[in-house]
Amino acid sequence: MRKVLRSYDYKLTRIEKGYNNRSLYINVGDLRIEEKEVTQFMKDKFIGGKGFDLWYLWHAVTPQTRWDSPENEIVMSSGPIGGITQYPGTGKTLLAAISTLTDIPIDSNVGGYFGPLLKFSGWDALEIQGKSENDLVIVIDGNKGHISIEDAGDLPYDTHLLTEALTEEYAENEDDKRSVSVVCTGSAAEHTLVGMLNFSFYDTFRKTVRVKQAGRGGLGTIFRNKHIRALVVKFKGVKGNLNNPADVATINRIGVKMHKQIHDLDDKQNGMRKIGTANTVMIMNQYDLLPTRNFQTGGDPEAYRIAPEVFVNEFLTQGIHDGCWYGCTISCSKAADNFKLRTGPYAGQCVTVDGPEYENAAGLGANLGCFDPRHVLEANFYCDTYGLDIISTATMMAFVMECYERGQITREDMGGLDLRFGNSDAALELLHQMARGEGFGLIVGQGTRKMKKIFVERFGADEQLLNDIGMENKGLEYSEYMPKESLAQQGGFALTNKGPQHDEAWLIFMDMVNNQIPTFEDKAYALYYYPMFRTWFGLMGLCKLPWNDIVPADNGRTETPAKVPEHVQNYVDIYNAVTGQKIDKEELIIQSERVYNFQRVFNIRMGKGLREHDSSPYRALGPVTREEYLSREERYDNQLREQQGIDPTTMSLEEKLAATRAYREKQFKLLTDAVYKRRGWTNNGVPTPEHLKEIGMDLPMLLEVVEPHL
Amino acid sequence: MKVLHCKQEICIGCGECEKACSKAYFRVEDRNKSAIRIINNDNTFRAIKCSQCGECINMCTAHAIYRDRNGVVRINKKLCVGCLGCVGFCSELSMFYADDLTEPFKCIACGICTKVCPVNALEILESKAV
Repeated sequence: MRKVLRSYDYKLTRIEKGYNNRSLYINVGDLRIEEKEVTQFMKDKFIGGKGFDLWYLWHAVTPQTRWDSPENEIVMSSGPIGGITQYPGTGKTLLAAISTLTDIPIDSNVGGYFGPLLKFSGWDALEIQGKSENDLVIVIDGNKGHISIEDAGDLPYDTHLLTEALTEEYAENEDDKRSVSVVCTGSAAEHTLVGMLNFSFYDTFRKTVRVKQAGRGGLGTIFRNKHIRALVVKFKGVKGNLNNPADVATINRIGVKMHKQIHDLDDKQNGMRKIGTANTVMIMNQYDLLPTRNFQTGGDPEAYRIAPEVFVNEFLTQGIHDGCWYGCTISCSKAADNFKLRTGPYAGQCVTVDGPEYENAAGLGANLGCFDPRHVLEANFYCDTYGLDIISTATMMAFVMECYERGQITREDMGGLDLRFGNSDAALELLHQMARGEGFGLIVGQGTRKMKKIFVERFGADEQLLNDIGMENKGLEYSEYMPKESLAQQGGFALTNKGPQHDEAWLIFMDMVNNQIPTFEDKAYALYYYPMFRTWFGLMGLCKLPWNDIVPADNGRTETPAKVPEHVQNYVDIYNAVTGQKIDKEELIIQSERVYNFQRVFNIRMGKGLREHDSSPYRALGPVTREEYLSREERYDNQLREQQGIDPTTMSLEEKLAATRAYREKQFKLLTDAVYKRRGWTNNGVPTPEHLKEIGMDLPMLLEVVEPHL
Repeated sequence: MKVLHCKQEICIGCGECEKACSKAYFRVEDRNKSAIRIINNDNTFRAIKCSQCGECINMCTAHAIYRDRNGVVRINKKLCVGCLGCVGFCSELSMFYADDLTEPFKCIACGICTKVCPVNALEILESKAV
């Protein structure tokens, strides 16, 4: 047994209509444990999940707070719907903190059992503040009503070992392992700014611990900076009625309808149950959207080597449930079992690899030019166990590789690593360096924005080129979609609260594959509606995949297929059934707008959140280099003719590049103007007092922040 | 493997089997709590009940469904979390739920219904196929 540094007993109470009406505050600096009341005001304005996270974070920090300040908090929360078992995708935990990469709030969502079990243990949210001197483990026992802060002792550092050790320790027997969930990161979180948090669940079919990732923005790095080794929650007795919903019959009815829809249609639609999110790799490749070699192109003839069938046929165990929370019949959490590692500290061992998700195959595979499924799985495993955000890590490595191939940095600058595109050995060694805190891994681990500065100042690289090809905005790396031909996704990445990701506005598929938002007005509207709609999942504890990765058979015949109206109504009905309220689909959007605008104002309070911070690296908008233009010359030439009415045959390549750039940058500017207007913001991206009033968020604390910017 | 079999051609749709089933397991005479349901299609009757195919075993999101020593597919109520995934996934629509219960229920080929059928349309068969 480890040394217990602080114990705390609390009263077990019943959840009422989705809420415990209290939250837990733990300060790891002075070992304080306190309960806070979740007020009606919080529920009305912030709902739960990410809303609660941001509310608590606002009160914890000042404009001067940085990621490693003791007052920075990691806040996590499920949400009122979170934890119901009858509908797929209800097990998400939402997290927020001041990011290591952006100096503004990051929020990230993750599966695994922790969020629901925390809620069933009696807590609508958990705030962790302060900084400990020694490594701690925090344990919440939701059946006993007991919290302990313990010395981490000799627990291992890397995720697959640590989660296994803690699950063994806190479960009473094999059946009880499903009652334990662990939050932790790995050894790379100590040495990089892109550490993520793993959330575990016990896979009873495989009899092994699995993990899902709260990837973005350095949450794992902050966790380790606070000297927390792990959080453990233990709760036994999950049932579908623990939220004590107002109307369980409606939840059951809609849940069964949805399960049946997945049963009947998944095979014909996305095959999520077979391959998971990586089902789109070849579609993305086909539509020129698969980021390849640092987003230079949108596909490659070699992409078939990392196609979904390859993973399904050769690696992923089929035919068993793969959900990261109960009731998720989408079952997308695929895993490769008995995968033999060939490099690093665990070389020769056979492990279960969680994934690959689409982002992993696209980022670690195509974007690094490594079209080898074994490379993807090995890098995937090490990123997970080391606690590295795969999206940032892949995009950072792709940037390094291009800088090297373009002669901006030398092999010597990289400590001898030969980081060419396609060099799997060098890429994997870079991951191991990040975990060991050695060599070039320390530089890359700082993230793209800081790397650009280092490469320019220390290695004499071309600043303009690096700004054009370094795929970051606000300091956060782009996720793995090629937005060059999708104006909507360009905005979807750059006109975001937290930096470029696919949580707020993943529009590329509806824009480029389904062609559902063809006009400029459609795109501007989509950049209002979808970020708001998608924010709602983060208030509730919900996963977005069951919204549109499966659609009703008659969805195509509805007026707005991209919105998936039947599923929107499911969410409205489930929210009402849990909470006893009576919202409609319009009120749903307003609930999100309140939190979305709160987050925007929070950014402004932290000194960001204005138009200048929503700019895009040109690589995301169009071809930076001659090679990029030439690789799609016919397309770009045609666009010069059709969009600008100029004859490309009379122009030099440089002139064509310049004309294309001028046009595309202007389009992005016009889009920004239109989106800000639609969102109720000034032309500088500041929410207007009138808009805040309209959505019921004219709170003095927000007006005080926006007024100097009007 | 034990399986409940219904000779549809002689079933008269009286519903005695439904009453006996719900009474045995839930102490009510309520068709909605019976694991056998007789469907009337223009006075020809069809019984919906589990064929013990076991498709639900590996899709169960709580790993709570198993095949017992007699080959009968059963739900471990302690492990079941009431997600109702099996209800939506049952190709034969023979996994049932009720709103006042926290777990779904199904036919476990106990044979109680066979004893009350006035026309002996129901029987428990032994099948080798698993």
